[in-house]
Amino acid sequence: MATEHSKAAARIMIAPAVFVLLVWMLVPLCMTLYFSFADYRPLRATFEPWIGFDNYVSFFTSSSFISSVVTTLQMVGGILCITIVGGVLLALLLDQPMFGQGIVRILVIAPFFVMPTVSALVWKNMFFNVDNGLFSYLYAALGLQPYDFLSQAPLLSIIVIVAWQWLPFATLILLTAVQSLSSEQLEAAEMDGAPGLSRFWYIILPHLSRAITVVILIQTIFLLSIFAEIFVTTNGAFGTRTLTYLVYQRVLESQNIGLGSAGGIIAVILANIVALFLMRIVGKNLDN
Amino acid sequence: MGRITLENVQKKFGDVEVIPPLNLTIEDGEFVVFVGPSGCGKSTLLRLIAGLEDVTGGEIRIDGKPATDLPPAKRGLAMVFQSYALYPHMSVRKNIAFPMKMAGMDQAEQDRRIAKAATALNLTDYLDRRPGQLSGGQRQRVAIGRAIVREPAAFLFDEPLSNLDAALRVGMRMEISELHKSLETTMIYVTHDQVEAMTMADKIVVLRAGHIEQVGSPLELYKAPRNVFVAGFIGSPKMNLLAGAHADRHDCATMGIRPEHLDVVDGGGTFSGRVGIAEHLGSDTFFHVHVDGISEPMTVRAGGEIGLTHGDTIHLEPQADKIHRFDAQGLRIA
Ligand SMILES: Nc1ncnc2c1ncn2[C@@H]1O[C@H](COP(=O)(O)OP(=O)(O)OP(=O)(O)O)[C@@H](O)[C@H]1O
Ligand SMILES: [Mg+2]
Repeated sequence: MATEHSKAAARIMIAPAVFVLLVWMLVPLCMTLYFSFADYRPLRATFEPWIGFDNYVSFFTSSSFISSVVTTLQMVGGILCITIVGGVLLALLLDQPMFGQGIVRILVIAPFFVMPTVSALVWKNMFFNVDNGLFSYLYAALGLQPYDFLSQAPLLSIIVIVAWQWLPFATLILLTAVQSLSSEQLEAAEMDGAPGLSRFWYIILPHLSRAITVVILIQTIFLLSIFAEIFVTTNGAFGTRTLTYLVYQRVLESQNIGLGSAGGIIAVILANIVALFLMRIVGKNLDN
Repeated sequence: MGRITLENVQKKFGDVEVIPPLNLTIEDGEFVVFVGPSGCGKSTLLRLIAGLEDVTGGEIRIDGKPATDLPPAKRGLAMVFQSYALYPHMSVRKNIAFPMKMAGMDQAEQDRRIAKAATALNLTDYLDRRPGQLSGGQRQRVAIGRAIVREPAAFLFDEPLSNLDAALRVGMRMEISELHKSLETTMIYVTHDQVEAMTMADKIVVLRAGHIEQVGSPLELYKAPRNVFVAGFIGSPKMNLLAGAHADRHDCATMGIRPEHLDVVDGGGTFSGRVGIAEHLGSDTFFHVHVDGISEPMTVRAGGEIGLTHGDTIHLEPQADKIHRFDAQGLRIA
């Protein structure tokens, strides 16, 4: 019952949370905004509080900006492709009755609980390492020249690592969606003469479309800020410098806080534009 | 053509035998209704015919050709599900077109058949809606439309009307009967509604625990139930079944008399008792009568304007030629 009384009580109750959120988000945001208009390079002891849009202009016009945006898009796109396709297939597989279903499901979810830094290290040292990685052994066993994944295909390697981490999430959400499909619909399609692939295409996939958009939305928001995996594996070298990583480099490696802050603000704006688009799409998909 | 023959068809789920070996022939153009209590295997039998379940043993023939190992799509049958099973993301038009699209039919022919089905089923105005925007009755019609455009050898219905309200059910019942008259296609219809079975069927198949108890026209089952189970199952309200002294007097283990075959008399009569509940339906009144020496109350159908109420004494006389007699095994004595 939303009486005047309970409304007031509700406001008081959520006030602390709102306050913490505000402090947590608004203060850093305001400081970033403030620094983005300043020439602030602590190592050179430069601090000029107002230089207008200079930082923005130089961040935008530097060649690394465009390439980092492209890298970000490639990385996010690649990971989304792998997790969606893999997630749908795994979900369909896990939906089948099989021996040890419970254990298999837990195993599939396990990667999600591994911290990004840890999983990147594991992949780097256990799988991708040229000298004693498992893939090198595999290549050697097949009589092939071991392949240095992280320097030959760095972007793909990172995509694989992050996709491995996010696959469980996609699988989990898609599995619940697969399970909610009424079996009568599939049987009706079977009676209507639709072979397995058509049933997948015309019945299962449309049924999953909502879940897929939700997965895309949530993952995109998180994937735009991938950091640990890049930091641990390539340090942003070999064309794996995403926008997030570029901002980090500007701030910490070049010690140019003003320039980095401008980059941060740009990243926030771009991410919001993407989120807005995705929200539109999801909203449309959730409507009917 | 749609003559369906089941020879020793058997179905087990694991160790549980749901359908013991069973024989049944459904003639071309017949309207066959499967009835029976819940869980007796009606849906399972229908799904075996459709091919959605594999038989454990036996042979299914459609038009004389073996169909036991054919996948559902190849059997040329169409099914209407209880939950309609429409495709929610497709418009009504696309739903109806789906089986034709899967068959690779050309667009002009598809459009022609959709138009024909839509006219027959009063769906013309709804073709561009999604199933979610339709009422229950309209959804049911779409499901039927999707079935008829394929021009199947037989239609299979699994309790298609059980999700509809009473008034709509009567309407749809007649529409399906009319559809059967005009298409003259075999229809197999599962229900546990008495009235649907009696009014729609050419032939009723009464099932109990997977066994066929009796096959026959509605009137045959009504007039000459083969055993106590069928006697109690067919007819509404239920037949009064009496054992003991009353049965002995007619030389049988169980005697049965339908509520409509008991006359209310002024005095004397075979049974006399107190009126319990009286259900006044206007045209008829059903009395539940507590007769001394009989544990279950007897049901009597009387005229609508009879002035008896709770607690009154009533005298009943069965119509002699309408008494059913069953032996100790529950089988009918002719
Ligand atoms: N997939 C299955 N696995 C195991 N047992 C099943 C399965 N499907 C049905 N059964 C069993 O088979 C029996 C018959 O089921 P069926 O669905 O054919 O009954 P029904 O006559 O259609 O009942 P209702 O009128 O309630 O729909 C039931 O006892 C049910 O528990
Ligand atoms: Mg059933």
